Amino acid sequence: MLSLKRDKKEEEEGGGNPFNNLEKSSVLQEARTFNETPINPRKCGHILTKVLYIINQGESIGTTEATEAFFAMTKLFQSKDPILRRLVYLGIKEMSKIAQDVIIVTSSLMKDMTGKEDQFRGPAIRALCSVTDHSMLQSIERYMKQAIVDKVPGVSSAALVSALHLGKGSQEVIKRWVNEAQEAVNSDNVMVQFHALGLLYYIRKTDKLAVNKLVSKFSKHTLKSPYAYCLLIRIASKLIEEEDAGSDSPMFDFIESCLRHKSEMVIYEAAHAIVQLKNTTAKDLAPAVSVLQLFCSSPKPTLRFAAVRTLNKVAIKHPAAVTACNLDLENLITDVNRSIATLAITTLLKTGNESSVDRLMKQISSFMSEISDEFKIVVVQAIRSLCAKFPRKHNVLMTFLAQMLRDEGGFDYKKEIVDCIIVTIEENPEAKEAGLAHLCEFIEDCEHTVLATKILHLLGKEGPRTPTPSKYIRFIYNRVILENAAVRAAAVSAIAKFGAHCEDLLESCIVLLERCQLDTDDEVRDRATFYVNVLKQQQKALSSAFILNGLQVSVVGLERALHQYTLEPNEAEFDMKSVPLATQPLAEQKVRDVPGEAPSARPAQDKVAASRQDVYQEQLAQVPELANLGTLFKSSQPMEVTESETEYYIQCVKHTFSNYIVFQFDCTNTLNDQLLEKVTVEMEPAEGFEVTKYIACQSLPYNKPGTTYTLVRLPAEPTQVTGTFACTLKFLVKDCDPQTGEPDDEGYDDEYVLEDVEVTVADHVQRVMKPNFAASWEEVGPENELEDTYSLSTMSTIEEAIKNIVQYMGLQPCERSDKVPEGKSSHTLYLGGVFRGGHDALVRAKLALDSSGVTMQLTVRSTDPNVSEVLATAVA
Amino acid sequence: MDGGLLEPSLYAIKAIAILDNDGNRLLAKYYDDTFPNTKEQKAFEKNLFNKTHRANAEIIMFEGLTCVYKSNVDLFFYVVGSSMENELILSSVLNAFYDSISQILRKNVEKRALLDNLDAVFLAADELCDGGIILEADSNSIVQKVAIRNDDIPLGEQTMAQVLQSAKDQIKWSLLK
Repeated sequence: MLSLKRDKKEEEEGGGNPFNNLEKSSVLQEARTFNETPINPRKCGHILTKVLYIINQGESIGTTEATEAFFAMTKLFQSKDPILRRLVYLGIKEMSKIAQDVIIVTSSLMKDMTGKEDQFRGPAIRALCSVTDHSMLQSIERYMKQAIVDKVPGVSSAALVSALHLGKGSQEVIKRWVNEAQEAVNSDNVMVQFHALGLLYYIRKTDKLAVNKLVSKFSKHTLKSPYAYCLLIRIASKLIEEEDAGSDSPMFDFIESCLRHKSEMVIYEAAHAIVQLKNTTAKDLAPAVSVLQLFCSSPKPTLRFAAVRTLNKVAIKHPAAVTACNLDLENLITDVNRSIATLAITTLLKTGNESSVDRLMKQISSFMSEISDEFKIVVVQAIRSLCAKFPRKHNVLMTFLAQMLRDEGGFDYKKEIVDCIIVTIEENPEAKEAGLAHLCEFIEDCEHTVLATKILHLLGKEGPRTPTPSKYIRFIYNRVILENAAVRAAAVSAIAKFGAHCEDLLESCIVLLERCQLDTDDEVRDRATFYVNVLKQQQKALSSAFILNGLQVSVVGLERALHQYTLEPNEAEFDMKSVPLATQPLAEQKVRDVPGEAPSARPAQDKVAASRQDVYQEQLAQVPELANLGTLFKSSQPMEVTESETEYYIQCVKHTFSNYIVFQFDCTNTLNDQLLEKVTVEMEPAEGFEVTKYIACQSLPYNKPGTTYTLVRLPAEPTQVTGTFACTLKFLVKDCDPQTGEPDDEGYDDEYVLEDVEVTVADHVQRVMKPNFAASWEEVGPENELEDTYSLSTMSTIEEAIKNIVQYMGLQPCERSDKVPEGKSSHTLYLGGVFRGGHDALVRAKLALDSSGVTMQLTVRSTDPNVSEVLATAVA
Repeated sequence: MDGGLLEPSLYAIKAIAILDNDGNRLLAKYYDDTFPNTKEQKAFEKNLFNKTHRANAEIIMFEGLTCVYKSNVDLFFYVVGSSMENELILSSVLNAFYDSISQILRKNVEKRALLDNLDAVFLAADELCDGGIILEADSNSIVQKVAIRNDDIPLGEQTMAQVLQSAKDQIKWSLLK
């Protein structure tokens, strides 16, 4: 009994694998047997298999070892045993990359390639091509051409495939084989046809006309191989894409005709190709969608997977086209292959209507526990878009998300859910309370510090403004008792926000914070002490500035300014106003109103925290004439002052400093026969402005961007801030050779009129987000308040009015007040920002829509009377 | 995953592999540099195996690649292609691979038999796909090209186990008929 057990165990432990414990060195040692005569084919075959096995396992073999084994292997050509010979070919292919002097086997392989044994010829060609390099190709060319048109399919395929591999290195030689390839396409063998078509396309792919002919020829001539059809469909759809043709192209007709092919592979390829095309209408898609629909009920999982994956893609662009398949997709929800089920659900979520949401969510929840995190994230993303699409369904969706939060899952998955809930809370005020409650419950048992702090921050921001703020405090204070230092610190900040915002909770909050002063962690204690002292002052302005709204400066800028300050000891106190402000994240600007390049188009900045403005600041500081202007207040978005197709392409960026404006002109010379020198932009200033300096770009060769600056002093009168500048590009032209770029010695002056550049109110204002606008409004106070009523008759909707106001004033919409709930005829817009010189500027615009347009009551508060005046007149 | 169309080319297969029921590699061929070294290849195989060995689902999107697979007793067959590749082409290659191995092993598709015929298995894989191009997708043609002639082995050179095995096979098949 005991021995039986041991036997079984041995067998389990790889005893069944004779290759299991092979040692590289001993196997290579064994390979010496190859040199013995006469050759024992079985023994040598076994040893060679071992060698192949260890190579396949990824053992690295040194060049000397490999060369030695390789030469021993060549001896095996003496044996005629078919298996052994073919293993030798495999060995040659495997070792051709590591051993030296592999060319030695060329003659043996050529003999096999042209020999009588058909069985050897194909593999011999493939082995030969793996040892042949570019220089040797000439000598085998004749044989390759013959092999391509050989009547034995295996030989012909091998030659065609090898030709393609060789073609990667030397396209010239294989180009001469085009006639043979042409002949081979007509072969009766399906694989030869496929390979020949592949080679033919490869040779001709740069010649569009020839490719066009190729497709139209073979689309009529019936190919036998489904693989060849698939290839032809791909070639055809590439042509359609390149020509930007629509469904009227003959290529499209061909692809569509393939939908009726007898092979599923071809039908799917055609349907997939039609779905992927750019210029398709719902009508063009219909036949493709209906074959995919049929595939959905196929017994083959691969076919179902392919179909539902492609339908999912269709649903992104044309959800309506897929609605016909909804019934079939719903059947797939219960598919045993979870990938298919998930894809089916996300497709349904894209195409479904509001009424089907409940049912779908129920079905998803039944299998959520069985799928992997990767797919769960896909589902969460689908729910996220659903929340945005059907805000009224937030109840069902929120409950579902909360359920998912409770289940097991990795960090990425949980983060995705939390993000989804946060976005929904921000987008949809009705979902706020339920969402916050779910998050509170989640942090009770959350192992991820990052998520816990994120949620605590959100609670601090949103909680105080809910009808019953007190209920959140218990959740937050529990964190102070139970969590690690980072979470405790976040909880302390959140409690302080409740204290600052809700007067009736102030007392209790102070008590809680005082307890936190006994914490073991420095950061937590510091925060608690700071907040207790601020809160005890009971001054709205203080609370707003230090608790509710936080710092507005850019962190990188602050670091640099403080470093500068410590380097140069100074009697004066550190001035917060000299620190550049934090610009709103670029992604956010993109969503709003900024035209011009998308943020992703910009080169990646080395410091993540460094904003665009910090980059400009550094750039300007390197120009000696501009180094002493102080802190850069704001840089505008680049704006084109020429058409993009003209001789000189110029963009202007306005940099605002406290008393100056620097106009930065980024110029590109698009003429390859000209070299420009001493390039400046001459500006005719508006009244009150004064041009003090031009900094020329010394040389502007073809296609190399250069920069010139114009420095303008701002008017002394504080309310005079806007103006229009006429600009002219002045430069010295030297003609030059377009090829070498060698310029003539002599040049002549020339000028080029540019578009006017305007300085607007927005250039003097930096956007600042006030998370708690009401607190800031009280903090600034009514001293410099200005109020006026305007009638905006050109605006027909409130959204349009908001967009324009934000653009004119250059302020940041706060508390999501730039989003107007549907169907409302009045709305209040809150804008926050800082005016040049560091004056806070807040604007409240009450908008009402009536028959004559939009009426606006504008209230401006600022810490400086002039600023209020400038802003109040900005819209006029 | 949402990239454009696939460049028309014959290179369709990124890798083929046979793993045992512990996820160890018995045979693996990689045809491009998606996984440049052995370490990454083996890590990929391990992860793929972990994802697939329980669910018998035939197809999976994995690390941005489409993998089709099939298993029998203690062997797992994989064919891997780009996520844009026609899934049915990959599946046809997998079927050809599996069926040819099955014929070579006389329907006895398990680890032991595979290792006993490893030479033929290597040859079959070589005839199936050359450098990423599908060379032959018909299992009968592959078997014919591999042309392994087990029957020709004189009885004296067969091991006792092989004799027993073939006897067992024959009895099994006669019973099944």
